[in-house]
Amino acid sequence: MRCLSVGFIALLLLAACSDRSLNNPYPESEDNLNIIYSVFQERPKHLDPVRSYSAVEYRFLAQVYEPPLQYHYLKRPYELIPLTAESVPAAQFFDADGQRLQDDVSVDQVAYSVYEVKIKPGIQFQPHPAFAKDQNGRELYRDLTDDDLEDIYTIADFEHQGTRTLQASDYVYQIKRLAHPNLHSPIFGVMADYIVGFKEYRKKLTESLKAQRDAGVSRPAVDLNEFPLEGVEVVDQYTYRIKVEKTYPQLVYWLAMPFFAPMAPEVERFYNQPGMHDKNITLDWYPVGTGPFMLSVNNPNLKMILEKNPNFRGEKYPSEGAEGDREKGLLRDANKTMPFVDRVVYSLEKESIPYWNKFLQGYFDASGISSDSFDQAISIGSQGSIGLSDGMQAKGIRLSMAVAPTTFYMGFNMKDDVVGGLSERARKLRQAISIAINYEEYIQIFLNGRAIPAQSPLPPGIFGYESGERGVNPYVYQWEGGQQKRRSVEDAKKLMEEAGYRNGIDMKTGKPLVLNFDTTAGGSEDKAYLTWLRKQFQKIEVQLNVRSTDYNRFQEKMRKGNAQIFQWGWNADYPDPENFFFLLYGPNSKVDHSGPNTANYENPVFDRMFDRMKNMSNNSERKKLIADMVDVIRQDAPWIWGFHPQQFSLQHDWFLNNKPNLMANNTLKYKRVDPQRRSERRAEWNEPVYWPVVLILMILVLGSIPAYITYKRRERAAPAKEI
Amino acid sequence: MLSYIVRRALYAIPILIGVNLITFALFFVVNTPDDMARMHLGMKRVTPEAIENWKVERGYDRPLLFNSQADGGGVFTETIFYEKSVKLFVFDFGRSDSGRDISYDISQRMWPSLAIAVPGLILGILVYITFALLMAFFRATYIDLWGVILCVALMSISGLFYIIGGQYLFSKLLHLAPVSGFDTGINAIKFIVLPVIIGVIAGIGSSTRFYRTIFLEEAGRDYVRTARAKGLPETVVLFRHILKNAMIPILTGIVVLLPLLFMGSLVTESFFGIPGLGSYTIDAINSQDFAIVRSMVFLGSVLYIIGLIMTDISYTFVDPRIRLQ
Repeated sequence: MRCLSVGFIALLLLAACSDRSLNNPYPESEDNLNIIYSVFQERPKHLDPVRSYSAVEYRFLAQVYEPPLQYHYLKRPYELIPLTAESVPAAQFFDADGQRLQDDVSVDQVAYSVYEVKIKPGIQFQPHPAFAKDQNGRELYRDLTDDDLEDIYTIADFEHQGTRTLQASDYVYQIKRLAHPNLHSPIFGVMADYIVGFKEYRKKLTESLKAQRDAGVSRPAVDLNEFPLEGVEVVDQYTYRIKVEKTYPQLVYWLAMPFFAPMAPEVERFYNQPGMHDKNITLDWYPVGTGPFMLSVNNPNLKMILEKNPNFRGEKYPSEGAEGDREKGLLRDANKTMPFVDRVVYSLEKESIPYWNKFLQGYFDASGISSDSFDQAISIGSQGSIGLSDGMQAKGIRLSMAVAPTTFYMGFNMKDDVVGGLSERARKLRQAISIAINYEEYIQIFLNGRAIPAQSPLPPGIFGYESGERGVNPYVYQWEGGQQKRRSVEDAKKLMEEAGYRNGIDMKTGKPLVLNFDTTAGGSEDKAYLTWLRKQFQKIEVQLNVRSTDYNRFQEKMRKGNAQIFQWGWNADYPDPENFFFLLYGPNSKVDHSGPNTANYENPVFDRMFDRMKNMSNNSERKKLIADMVDVIRQDAPWIWGFHPQQFSLQHDWFLNNKPNLMANNTLKYKRVDPQRRSERRAEWNEPVYWPVVLILMILVLGSIPAYITYKRRERAAPAKEI
Repeated sequence: MLSYIVRRALYAIPILIGVNLITFALFFVVNTPDDMARMHLGMKRVTPEAIENWKVERGYDRPLLFNSQADGGGVFTETIFYEKSVKLFVFDFGRSDSGRDISYDISQRMWPSLAIAVPGLILGILVYITFALLMAFFRATYIDLWGVILCVALMSISGLFYIIGGQYLFSKLLHLAPVSGFDTGINAIKFIVLPVIIGVIAGIGSSTRFYRTIFLEEAGRDYVRTARAKGLPETVVLFRHILKNAMIPILTGIVVLLPLLFMGSLVTESFFGIPGLGSYTIDAINSQDFAIVRSMVFLGSVLYIIGLIMTDISYTFVDPRIRLQ
């Protein structure tokens, strides 16, 4: 212990010579720099825009790659605006003979639609060795040999870098990559249904690769530019067209996702050289784009660093926002050139406790709220109002809340003999269970109130969502005194009886009704939830049998249709009702078509309405149709409509321009920090406290004195005694 | 001795084959190649075609252990087990299922693990021996009694409590060290101090008690009585006789651990943000990356066998009566 103490004291003395906080995890050279300090809790799997499809990956990727469109940062409801495009493209409709049709033509007459995207001229790629050229204009790092790569370990080891202007062909190249069989793009299946010739294009690529393999080529490859794709063409240097079968209004939303970001062919060529992959230098690890930031450090075990792209054109901060944004100071930087920070440092924090502690010390600029820290951060008023605790307010911390475009639901397998089907008996049983499971209670107990009970699959912010009395699900709630009130258990029991289950007994067989809940939950941490769930079913005298299993087996059950009642969730790809209703569309059934319709719900009336709705633009007619669709599914109740989670986030007062935007991923460029204020606060909050260490040492020293006396006494006495 | 080492190394081969087979069986009982493909390709909009392509690319489209379609030796060699296992024996770990070079990742991640484990081990041994000697010296006094009580109390506390409590005390309340993080070179020191101190404190209870027992056992032997009978001072008896002889079980216990220091500690690294090997295997299990799982289990087994051989060898150094044959 003495060694420990001496070492620790020596370090403390050394550190005490500096006036910097001892617990500051960042290098001194970063003090007062214009840097955002953030966190990632899970490593990104893919950083290739053709494969990446998760929020964890988009946090980085969306700052680097720029698709043609983006969401307005401040306006609500979410609005698409141009990013690299000159404008949001409008569909041009054509008949089977290739004749242009009127914009308001009936969908049935349309054979195909064309979206023409014009991009802004003069946009430059980030500096990268793939663009470096020699005096003859030839790519400098092409046909690299093993000797050339001998001293190369990361992308930073290449001496030269270059850039070039973004062209329409880069967007076309990326769309072709979506069809590459070796790149496994998750949206190939969706796009193959719409982009003209996409399936055939994949087939051609597959055949070419197979022919090379059969011919004994060790590394089969295809040059996508050598294979034309009917549905996508370059019009001129800055214009390209996408041709889709019939109509697909949702395509513009996809154009705001990294899947449709540009990819320079020379970049892919650079990474595909032999030897690069062996050195772990891949496009999946080192993204290359035109965005405001570039990934300079990719160490997902420790930290990821985004640096300002010196070639970024300088986008302007929005000058308009939603109501109240000006008062909140969100338009203070209107028309100023973005991005506002030079670097963003993301540190890996797997555990919530160290993450929270570092946020409170000022070493992270923003934080979520885990259930461990909820009581410390949030105070709930007597009327249920949510606000910051006194401690947080004293630190100048701000709270933002937003309902996520996400739905967590409990689904019934509609192919199941008991709970499934569209018979009146099964429908009433599902409605009764929907009433019995009290999601308001669930939200209070398990989510600290951070969610709203769902009334349909549509969360707030999605076209067609209704609030107030019109938005209430009448099969589960009543509207009383200007508030929604869950129907009583007696109502549920009455429905049970009408369904043929009196007091939980199946009147046909005389046996008690036992239902199965298939879940991956089963650990000790899930016990409280499962107990609560059983109690909900007990209210209507139904016995719930929990069938816990691992995730793989659960997936298998779902694929085979062996589950009865299950829990699932969906996070919107884009803010359109189609992206939620397609989860209940018959032809998307999980069992029959391996689709996302996990409940295997199939109602021809709903399916017909879905077919019409998905091709309509947002107008009153579409709104009415959506309301009708909601009525159908509420009555059928293939899901218990669960809840929409509410995201709470905290920010320090030096972290500015923060407004939750749960559709946009490229929001880093809007953020600003006040480094001076941050440094002051950090110094104020983290002054070292030495006296307890000194006290402990004194106790140790004082405590050792009697021991030393005893030792000396023994030393003198022991030999004589022993002899 | 050389022939002994060679013989032990040869014994290791069937053990490693067995370990590899068990790892393989356990992994594929829980995960099918289709599950692995789904995990790697993501949860949204994955098509059966993409799953099939993924399996073909990585060789997971073959039978697990026995290929009835193949001829001759191919029934065993044209299987996932053979193709994924045989290269391990020349320490070619290959690439992870996500495409990364496993050997490179291990070489990068083992240093942060060692940066915590080595100082922790050295400092820990010094502290535990010091305390244990102190208690042995003051045996049957109030110091010994309270020392044992304190050790039992310290042993009863969860390791996680030491970490969270240590972070709370030293970093949150006293502001003396960063809560978590890591850096390279000399800058790593400020991040290493806290986990090392906490690691040492967490081990005081059990290790001190263990060493005390060893010291007391030695203290009761005839040669110690003889030394005392000769009139040697107690410090000489303790340090020159008891400590020297007690070092045999202590050192051999430590030597077996040495190779495993590379493997890191999951909980410590996770809470302190150390980018070591501790979480490599767990992350791989969670992401169903069989390539990493088999490599890490194989490496762990090899290191453990090396540790056992080193222990045997170390016996010959600390006890000249022992000869390896």
